[in-house]
Amino acid sequence: MQARLQWRKFVSNFMLTMTGVCAFVSVAVLFFILGYLLFNGGTSINWAFFTQLPKPVGETGGGMANAIVGSAKLLLAASLFGVPIGFLGGVYLAEFSGGAMASVVRYAADLLNGVPSIVIGIFAYSLVVLPFKHFSTLAGAFALGLMMIPITLRSTEEFLNGVPRMLREGAMALGASKWQTIATVIVPAAYRGILTAILLALARVAGETAPLLFTAFGNRFWSGGWTQPTASLPVMIFTYAVSPYEDWHRQAWAAGLVLLGLILIINIVARTILSRGIAVPR
Amino acid sequence: MKRLTGALLAVLVLGVILCAAQNALLINGAGATFPYPIYSKWFDVYHGKNPNIQFNYQSVGSGAGIKQVTEGTVDFGATDGPMNDEQMKAFQDKRKTSILHFPTVLGAAVPTYNVPGVSSSLNFTPEALAGIFLGKITKWNDPAIAGPNKGVSLPANDIVVVHRSDGSGTTYIWTDYLSKVSDEWKNKVSRATSVNWPVGLGGKGNEGVTGLIKQTPNSIGYVELIYAVQNNVTYGAVKNSAGAFIKADLASVSAAAAGAAKEMPDDFRVSITNAPGKTAYPISSFTWLLIPAKIDDAGKRDAIKGFLKWMVSDGQGYAESLSYAKLPNEVAQKVEKAINNVQ
Amino acid sequence: MATATPTIPSAGPLPGSRSFLSRVRDGDEIARLVTFLFAASVVLITILLVYQLWVNSALPRQKFGLRFFVTQVWDPVMDEFGALPFVYGTVVTSAVALLLAVPLGIGAAIFLAELAPPRISDALQFLIDLLAAVPSVIYGLLGVFIVVPLMRTVIYPALNKPFGFLPIFKGPSYGVGFLTAGIVLAIMVIPYIISVSREVLLSVPRDQREAALAVGSTRWESTWKVVVPFAKTGIMGSIFLALARALGETMAVTMVIGNTPKIAASLFAPGYSIAAVIANEFTEATGDLYLQSLIALGLVLFLLTFIINGLARLLILVTTQKGSGSD
Repeated sequence: MQARLQWRKFVSNFMLTMTGVCAFVSVAVLFFILGYLLFNGGTSINWAFFTQLPKPVGETGGGMANAIVGSAKLLLAASLFGVPIGFLGGVYLAEFSGGAMASVVRYAADLLNGVPSIVIGIFAYSLVVLPFKHFSTLAGAFALGLMMIPITLRSTEEFLNGVPRMLREGAMALGASKWQTIATVIVPAAYRGILTAILLALARVAGETAPLLFTAFGNRFWSGGWTQPTASLPVMIFTYAVSPYEDWHRQAWAAGLVLLGLILIINIVARTILSRGIAVPR
Repeated sequence: MKRLTGALLAVLVLGVILCAAQNALLINGAGATFPYPIYSKWFDVYHGKNPNIQFNYQSVGSGAGIKQVTEGTVDFGATDGPMNDEQMKAFQDKRKTSILHFPTVLGAAVPTYNVPGVSSSLNFTPEALAGIFLGKITKWNDPAIAGPNKGVSLPANDIVVVHRSDGSGTTYIWTDYLSKVSDEWKNKVSRATSVNWPVGLGGKGNEGVTGLIKQTPNSIGYVELIYAVQNNVTYGAVKNSAGAFIKADLASVSAAAAGAAKEMPDDFRVSITNAPGKTAYPISSFTWLLIPAKIDDAGKRDAIKGFLKWMVSDGQGYAESLSYAKLPNEVAQKVEKAINNVQ
Repeated sequence: MATATPTIPSAGPLPGSRSFLSRVRDGDEIARLVTFLFAASVVLITILLVYQLWVNSALPRQKFGLRFFVTQVWDPVMDEFGALPFVYGTVVTSAVALLLAVPLGIGAAIFLAELAPPRISDALQFLIDLLAAVPSVIYGLLGVFIVVPLMRTVIYPALNKPFGFLPIFKGPSYGVGFLTAGIVLAIMVIPYIISVSREVLLSVPRDQREAALAVGSTRWESTWKVVVPFAKTGIMGSIFLALARALGETMAVTMVIGNTPKIAASLFAPGYSIAAVIANEFTEATGDLYLQSLIALGLVLFLLTFIINGLARLLILVTTQKGSGSD
């Protein structure tokens, strides 16, 4: 009897230690990735990387300035497209709608969220690239914006619903109309959560490569305006990584480091904002 | 709220600035990875001479080049496998004008390999190459390979075949050659930019294949000559129709083109694989730019015609340093006249 | 206008109690309409997407019908297209990924939910969420430069020498292949399993654990035999979520799977997945049948992820409700 108990205790300690190992391994992977990128990419990050255009094949040097700016433009345009739709849609769900329509919209958003990014790329290609006969920044932004909508929408709804009733009722009691209440009281109260959601959506699409392959295409030069193809960090990383040129590999690591750094920073900022809690207006 | 509006305004202003008109004319092209080294050099030099013109070339494979120029999403395409009649008709139907082929340089597809302990150049017969890519010859020390390579110690390892996973003109050249030297290949697989490979791994672009070969011991694949040279991958010699084992270089590729020059068809679509000639390299090919016959945008039209004129004259001077053979003189002259067909 | 009287005309929506015009003037009706339009646009876009996929894949449906799903050939020259190698590759790599990720993920979730003090648990969860944010192209990068050589030098010999007689471990290794892709995918989906499982485990009511401990079970026994089964459906949900993510993953897979449309029993063999073939061949598919066959593959993938996502949410919902219910 005592022996059996000893055995059970041993098993218990062993298995629980194993779970600790699992957790440790999972977290260690993150640090490994970061460390590896830093080690390989850190030395390649120099001023040239940020300011120069890619050099022709076989020549060393050059940078990814156009890809960095290209990614920035894509994200900007994607937000301008995706955020208003997601935000206002979320406002509708939280404030104005009743059962049936709300379920339909939520379901559609979940569906959209689950679409593999490559399929979104196909959609954007047939909707934006073909009719206009152009690969373009806009097409890429459209694809990325689509991917931002579901996250923004659901989060907006959730955070607006989380605003305490007394705030609404207080505003109404003072004579504010519904939309005034929403605009001046409820949204400001929920803005932390909504901002977090937008930032997280942004971080998610910043690293997307597949949809850009058929939309923004690629560009060795600066991409002027919005209707021309553009280079972007993720696509450049992909192109350079599968090449046989050592110099391009080096630059791929550097770009990976820059991209990952950017995404991690956005994530950390977003989650810190959120953890400070929903702001209650003065 | 005010801060938010302010931030939004700043973002919009930034957007407008980024949007600010670039006076440069951007001309987009896509296609073959085969000539990518020389095209990227040409476009870079040409841009230096004409700062207002930018040729943005994406090396995505000949298949994509043909497809995208047909769709009209790029201004020009590039391919090492000439468009077949069906594809040309599709272009005509879609764009209401015809597509013109302009040969630019000559290149070669070479058998590259990574065999532990072998650093010399192996000799390959057509039968050996066909057998390997058909999956019938599976070991490096097979007699078909060992036969012409007496004195080289070949291991008894399994051969890892590497081919292109994307639609490729280099694939076209390779399968065109194999179709000419092997009936079984011709019937089973045939020639195209994208085929149903009996065996092997797929790499994306010449770059992907070279990368895979460098990383995979016992592998063999086919890449454009310059990729093998630039990346220090060993490549072998191939037996030509006259029976000599020839390694690809400028002289042997030019020899392969020499015969074709005299009989060049007007549309420039010709295959020079397995060309006659004692010193000809059997897996050589022209590579072409695909230009629509009618270009509505005057600025783009003039820029493209200007580039073509430069390409066929001064541009040819850059070819040899990158291991591409220049166009034979007769062909270059014909090309220059044909530029006027672009309206 | 508001006054300090008990009746406040413009506040609180009493339907029909105010005229349409007065509501418009207050902007409410406009606000409702505007937000409705944006919400409706989400639905419209989604419908449009499914419609486009369906309509643009008509040719292979007409030509091949259901044969499309069982044909192994992918031949652009002969215009013969079949989905089987890609479905196989997608399924196999996802299965391998889950086999590796589930034990690791659930183990970590148990640690975070049951053992770790709350602050450490939150901190670790934060880090794991960051892992989920790493873009897939970076996983691909690491796959190419770390996992592929590792596979060739360490993993393959370790598995092939002793177990090479098994069909799944037979044959040569190229570094790339099903197993490599599965390993990379496993790393990518672990965060999803951990974060959702942790949440459902945390939502299991305390009295369940306490009851188990009260009758003399060890810590592990109460966790494994009581808490985890209680959260079983939710954990299943997290696995489905991870599966959906693995199915749709494109970039990391295409860089390490070998890009060969063939079905092979060995995990070391190169293969292809639906997402990878679309990424590689979409821009160059000349000929309508070729292109539409690729889009048909996209539709298949979409349907697969749709079904699995639906199941996932259902399961997670059931568990967290069960847990939060009183008992």
